[in-house]
Amino acid sequence: MTSIEEYGKYETAWCPGCGNFGILKSLKQALVACELEPHQVLLVSGIGQAAKTPHYLKANVFNGLHGRSLPVAIGAKLANPELTVIAESGDGCMYGEGGNHFLAALRRNLNLTILAHDNRVYGLTKGQASPTSEQGFVTKTQPHGAFAAPFNPVAVAVTMGASFVARGYAGMPEHLAGLIVQAIKHRGTALVDILQPCVSFNKVNTYQWYKEHCYELAGDHDPGDHALALRTALEFGERIPLGVIYKKEGPIFEDQFAVLKNGPLARQEVSREGLRQIMQGYV
Amino acid sequence: MPLDIHLLIGGEAGQGLVTIGQLLSKALVRAGYEIFVSQSYHSRIRGGHNTFSIRLGGGPFFAPRESIDILVALNAETVELHRGQLTDQALLIADSAFAPDLPGTISVPFAELGPEHLWNTVALGLLGRILDLSSASLRQALEAMLGKKHPETLVENSEIMEKGRVWAAAHVPKHGFTLAGGAPAADRLLLNGNQAIALGALAGGLKFCAFYPMTPATSIVLELIAHAEVMGCVFEQAEDEIAAINMAIGAAYAGAPSMVATSGGGFALMAEGVSLAAMTETPVLVAVAQRPGPATGMPTRTEQGDLEFVLHAGHGEFPRAIFAPGSVEACYHLTQKALALAEHAQSPVFILTDQFLADSSRPVVPFDAAAIVPVVAGVEPSAVPTPYQRYCLTVNGLSPRLLPGMSTHLVVADSDEHDEDGHISEDHGVRIAMMDKRLRKIEILKQEAIAPELAGEKGADLLLVCWGSSQGPVLEAVADLRGQGRNVASLHFSQVWPLVPSQFVDILQASGKVVCVEGNATGQFARLIQRETGFAMPSRIARYDGLPFTARYILNRLAAVEGKA
Repeated sequence: MTSIEEYGKYETAWCPGCGNFGILKSLKQALVACELEPHQVLLVSGIGQAAKTPHYLKANVFNGLHGRSLPVAIGAKLANPELTVIAESGDGCMYGEGGNHFLAALRRNLNLTILAHDNRVYGLTKGQASPTSEQGFVTKTQPHGAFAAPFNPVAVAVTMGASFVARGYAGMPEHLAGLIVQAIKHRGTALVDILQPCVSFNKVNTYQWYKEHCYELAGDHDPGDHALALRTALEFGERIPLGVIYKKEGPIFEDQFAVLKNGPLARQEVSREGLRQIMQGYV
Repeated sequence: MPLDIHLLIGGEAGQGLVTIGQLLSKALVRAGYEIFVSQSYHSRIRGGHNTFSIRLGGGPFFAPRESIDILVALNAETVELHRGQLTDQALLIADSAFAPDLPGTISVPFAELGPEHLWNTVALGLLGRILDLSSASLRQALEAMLGKKHPETLVENSEIMEKGRVWAAAHVPKHGFTLAGGAPAADRLLLNGNQAIALGALAGGLKFCAFYPMTPATSIVLELIAHAEVMGCVFEQAEDEIAAINMAIGAAYAGAPSMVATSGGGFALMAEGVSLAAMTETPVLVAVAQRPGPATGMPTRTEQGDLEFVLHAGHGEFPRAIFAPGSVEACYHLTQKALALAEHAQSPVFILTDQFLADSSRPVVPFDAAAIVPVVAGVEPSAVPTPYQRYCLTVNGLSPRLLPGMSTHLVVADSDEHDEDGHISEDHGVRIAMMDKRLRKIEILKQEAIAPELAGEKGADLLLVCWGSSQGPVLEAVADLRGQGRNVASLHFSQVWPLVPSQFVDILQASGKVVCVEGNATGQFARLIQRETGFAMPSRIARYDGLPFTARYILNRLAAVEGKA
């Protein structure tokens, strides 16, 4: 049995009251609940306050470039399919700078988990609008209020038929931990969009605001019903549903490579006879 | 003079000229001839003017030739574009519909010999007869291409080819391009530069490749994918080049020797990833196949214009190595070396090629598959001190690299400046220690650096300096000058970074006149040599019209350069 202590305690660079604390706690709980040892886990992040999370628990870590957590996670998973790979970053990193990778990753459906800390503002660069900021959200760089329509990652993912789509909230760490456990155990790419207050730069979407708007999906919500899932995903305003919104089973990207059934690529021998025969083909 | 025939087949894309060219090439190699194949094509699938050039005979040949001995014109445009290159004794094979009234023209009634979609096969039969290549060797090549998959097509093509042969026997007058009986050699591989890079990568232990298609690099990836299953290699077409290099870095971090292949514009998108590989000390092989820029430039043409770009791409200061193969064989061997060096130095390493080398084929002696030494990623977990630190400070700058998930040690890699554990650090002392550690690896790269190859004697009256794909044309130009009794040498760099001046400065200084031959407008390599050694090469032969160097081009320009002096 793994214990939460094995995942360690670190000093963080986050503001007191930051939603990241709840998410970090939920993540550790989920890893323990999945009976994973730190060395079996790889956390891949980009850049931003959320992307620092992997530094604050024990695991293998690749803290890469802004926006690029997913391609690194995909490469690592393909090199070693035995690793539990989690790509973790904020809304700016995952949906803005890395938007193209987000779409492509959902289409590929590798067996990995995406945790997107979604505080709807850029924290590390001190308060610019993010892809998920509400229209009219006033900042120093959007003095007339954000004009662009907000990105709805959950609705986009459901529309694309992503194989596991959930929304959690940093203020409900037990519920969130449950979602992360399901996401890790799901065979395929699992997105958990995690709503999160930013106490320093988002004075609109506060703990109080989320408390007033969020609700847990009822037990009879059928995540296998795509039409229902889409309607649920599009509900994002006065009321915001939390839970597993859509889920389906199916083939994963790794299935197409026979060599990946043999474990990490680093352990596979290079076939000299295979190479010799390939060369003969050029005679 | 050894037999040296230049055959050029010209026509529109879609007329099947590559098919005849490839069949003829295979048959010639099997019959024991030396050949050098180069292609010129427009960036389109149909139409445009394309050529397939085969230089054949006693060779070996390492460069194309401009003058043409046998021109096969599949359309009228080919006649107009290339008649000026015909040698005095040349044969011009053209359809009666547009055959010009020129000496040496063979006007062929293609319509009487076969249906239009098989006129290329008619031409193949004609050429077989003209060169006096045996029917059997051509049929063998035809079988290899059409195989058992298309038995009816094979029969039809064989018949049509025979018609061409019979017609040629009756109508082609005596000429000087008959092959003087083959000298069947041991089986040789007919490879172009990109195929050799792919084979070298597989031989070196490549396990992962991510890419976004871009001419002229795509054929490296196509070749890898064709053999991926046999070699246990995983690949993915990424959504863009940024994703491609980040995937390769992720895979390499997790233990798969990895590469990307791209050209200038795609490489521009990879620049931040190069910097990431350097900061996280992740081995990655980057193959850059150059084409003329800026921007989209000339997608299907050649240039050596991205040397400075590849040398400096990526923000921040860090070590790198850049290989620039000059031949098909070098593509194979240097790609293996590059993969091994990337792992050893935990650094980005580059193979810098170009469209000319990528698309030029030559027969080569088979490589020894039994002798390969594939890369082993990372070190044994038992070999590292506990607690494990991914970036522990060492004398030579190399920190033992473990692979995540392969032991209970945790492997923490970071694009931020980091401490020995791999965690973010903003400490200025840590910064200096880590910068110095990474930069110490330049010494490792220098120890492994390949010295430039001097062909000829040190102290020659004239030294031609070149790098990468210009090697073949330069060697041919040098041979020509020596034939004229001149004391000429060449110095070819197959590694352009890091440079180790002690390996070559004395050669430069001992030479009479030194001329730098490179395929770009501004003399990037000459500038680099001067920056690193102080040795200036004001005499340059440049080419940046999109076409490869030829010996004739170099000799013509040399006359002008020497005239000035």
